[in-house]
Amino acid sequence: MKKLTVLICYDVRVSDSEGPRRLRRIARACRDHGVRVQFSVFECILEPKDWVVLRARLLSEFDAAGDSLRFYFLDADTAKRTEHHGVRLPLDVEGPLIL
Amino acid sequence: MTTALNTLFITVEGTRLNKEGECVVVTIQDEKKAEVPLRHLRSVVCLSRAWLTPELMESCIESGIHVSFFGVTGRFLARVEGVPGGNVLLRRQQFRAADDAARTLELARALVIGKVSNARQFILHARRDAEAAHASELSETAKRLAIHLRTLESVSDLDALRGVEGIAARDYFEAFPALLKKGGAEGFSFEGRNRRPPRDPMNALLSFGYALLLQDCAGALSGVGLDPAVGFLHEERPGRLSLALDLMEEFRAPVVDRLVFSLVNRGQLKPEDFRTEFAGAVLLRDEARKAFLVAYQTAKQAKVRHAFLEQETTWGMAPHLQALLLARTVRGELDAYPPFAMHG
Repeated sequence: MKKLTVLICYDVRVSDSEGPRRLRRIARACRDHGVRVQFSVFECILEPKDWVVLRARLLSEFDAAGDSLRFYFLDADTAKRTEHHGVRLPLDVEGPLIL
Repeated sequence: MTTALNTLFITVEGTRLNKEGECVVVTIQDEKKAEVPLRHLRSVVCLSRAWLTPELMESCIESGIHVSFFGVTGRFLARVEGVPGGNVLLRRQQFRAADDAARTLELARALVIGKVSNARQFILHARRDAEAAHASELSETAKRLAIHLRTLESVSDLDALRGVEGIAARDYFEAFPALLKKGGAEGFSFEGRNRRPPRDPMNALLSFGYALLLQDCAGALSGVGLDPAVGFLHEERPGRLSLALDLMEEFRAPVVDRLVFSLVNRGQLKPEDFRTEFAGAVLLRDEARKAFLVAYQTAKQAKVRHAFLEQETTWGMAPHLQALLLARTVRGELDAYPPFAMHG
């Protein structure tokens, strides 16, 4: 089973009245599938079929006239070579989850 | 198969778990500690008293995530799972096979051969970096286990099979003191297996490891639709996960025993990491228990080749693959159950 690692970044124009709602809904969609690594950046490790679902959900939520969405596809090795500095080290959902 | 087969372990008293969107949110003392998407989980294991909201419990049940609860001493209390997955026809075939002496014998034989063969491989591996003084003793043990393997091929009833298994287990455990390294394992000793409760640190580690592995095996079996309580090698008893115990046999040495020795020999666990209860039960202290869990979960991610299926897998996936092969054997799609073989 080949899984995809997708880095999702978004900018939502919150100045219009619907903005905050779109922002919330986009964040929620990302959170259902992955891990928040920064305020508007999520890392998602998912199966291709789940990616199809998530991508469709994001594209239906955002407003192409004022927002932007970027999807970076990382291969497993690149994802492993990520460096993190500073606060809020994100959870590694594939590593040991012991709390 | 879902995205991931990860397990969420809860080890702090009074942890709260609730659901937000499609995530499990873990709160410890009013501080949000983690959000884990449900799709990454296969099971939630509560090793301390935890609160799960009804909404989360419902989602876990519906997405086939097993939730299990252990008492503070690491004793298994309960597991929650929904309507059994898989199909009733498979379970019916399983019960029929368990009622059929000849089929039971063949399945039990394959399971014990898997166990003894992996125990032997583990001893051979350990011999490579054992102290010279112990190498010949370990060779002797491996030789004896090889003889038991040949005997197992020919035993003609279940009692005889269990008898050989008992002797093999005794021979195997007798080699344990020779696996403890001077220096690293200072202060640890092994004078035979004891349990319920374990009365020394080595036995406490083994018992804890086996309890975790048993839950993984039970989850794997439920996942393919087999009933974890109806076994072939292990007799049924109320409350006993007989088939999970069966499936676990081939993984005891390569997963748990190997992990316990590596932690002890590297000095990652020390005698002071244990405390003795007034009843003589020896328990792991909290921090050490956490370290053990991290090591257990990491060991499950180690890659291993599945010889029968000819694919790369991980130790954590192996019980799931074996559960599938067991289901196929029970259905009659495979002539014989191929146990998971560790390589030399």
